[in-house]
Amino acid sequence: MSDRTRTLVDPILVNNPVTLQVLGICSALAVTTSLSTALVMSAALIAVLTLSNFIISLIRNHVPRSIRLIVQITIIASLVIVVDQVLQAYMFEMSRRLSVFVGLIVTNCIVLGRAEGFAMKNPPAASLLDGIGNGLGYALILVVIGAVRELLGAGTLLGATVLPTAAEGGWFTPLGLMALPPSAFFLLGLLVWVIRTIRPEQQAEAPPHDHGGGARR
Amino acid sequence: MASANPLAWWRGFLALPNESPGKTVGVALLVALVCSLVVSVTAVTLRPLQDANRLAASAAQLAGMMDVLGGGVPEARLVDLASGAYAERDPGTRTELPAARDGAGLGSREDVATVFEIRENGDLRLVVLPVRGTGYQSTLKAYLALESDLNTIAALTVYEQDETPGLGARVADESWHSLWRGKELADAGGTLRIEVVKGAAADPHQVDGISGATRTGTGMTNLLRFWLGPDGYGPYLDRLRREAQP
Repeated sequence: MSDRTRTLVDPILVNNPVTLQVLGICSALAVTTSLSTALVMSAALIAVLTLSNFIISLIRNHVPRSIRLIVQITIIASLVIVVDQVLQAYMFEMSRRLSVFVGLIVTNCIVLGRAEGFAMKNPPAASLLDGIGNGLGYALILVVIGAVRELLGAGTLLGATVLPTAAEGGWFTPLGLMALPPSAFFLLGLLVWVIRTIRPEQQAEAPPHDHGGGARR
Repeated sequence: MASANPLAWWRGFLALPNESPGKTVGVALLVALVCSLVVSVTAVTLRPLQDANRLAASAAQLAGMMDVLGGGVPEARLVDLASGAYAERDPGTRTELPAARDGAGLGSREDVATVFEIRENGDLRLVVLPVRGTGYQSTLKAYLALESDLNTIAALTVYEQDETPGLGARVADESWHSLWRGKELADAGGTLRIEVVKGAAADPHQVDGISGATRTGTGMTNLLRFWLGPDGYGPYLDRLRREAQP
């Protein structure tokens, strides 16, 4: 694979920001009650991450070190506000269901981590790909968890009935636990287990990446 | 560096060492300026769409509440809050509220408000009052529907709020709205007693609060007492009660 392709593809499975680096899990738990919220949240994060990586990379050679974090956060926060406003204007019902979690992308460690760890050191095109790649990596996990939770919790996918529930005359009894946040923890834990069993090299003590920031949010 | 040519000046600025104070302040200012421009332009351009969305959502909520209450065509009436009489038109004026009388935390309230009445053969069956006030971190907006005795709550729907998700935001849940049905506003002496309490409700004036959202509950209590009191719909409700007497 060329370097470009690796930048884009690596973070999706090999070096996934959620399952390997355990970043951004707060929102991964909160918005995965259904597949549709997980998809919109993923799209919002991909937009913010890609643009912030690109913009920060463009100005990286002129950002004084002493204020670099503030500059990054200012750019990220502005992008998040713009995305949130667009959602409120064009996807009102969805923005209500996502409530504060779009706004909380500001505190998502993936975004600041990629800005500081990648975009500040690499040219704009590579940073753009890195943003898309990491965004897709986050999206993959959200979509998987969201799909499982909606399917087992409500018997539907994107609102369409897949497993007819007992309440509607079918046979399927929804698992109430799937509607609650802890189920996302269990699913995420199982996913990490599966991925690390398939790829034992990920079982290293510390993640190989300097991601600057805690594991929360 | 003090060149008259802006382009040369710009190059000079970019050529400054990154750690120099001038460049630090300059970059900070530029980033702040560009970001604030982008944010304000987005917010201002999208405002009309968002307002329309909010209006549609509250109209849908009202329509949904009417369906639950057995239909009927709600008639919008303008009410002069101070006198309680119907008004022909809304002059758009507002009255300042001194802090002592401002239980809902509004600062000021409109002089003429819109209420919805549902009548059957001329007799009042339901009246729906839009109410609002400060919760924990946002303004709560709700519709309060009263039975024809003007004391029993037929329904309450919070249609706009921005409280803490998972805690205060649960005031917008249908399960919480259903607790209000059948509650009574005032006791036999006519004193307003309706309130949101911590824990379980003990009498027909009390509604179970949401654990972890005490201040949102207090906000609901305060805003209801304000809007049902003398500065809110009190005079209007008194007039309806007088008219209902034979």
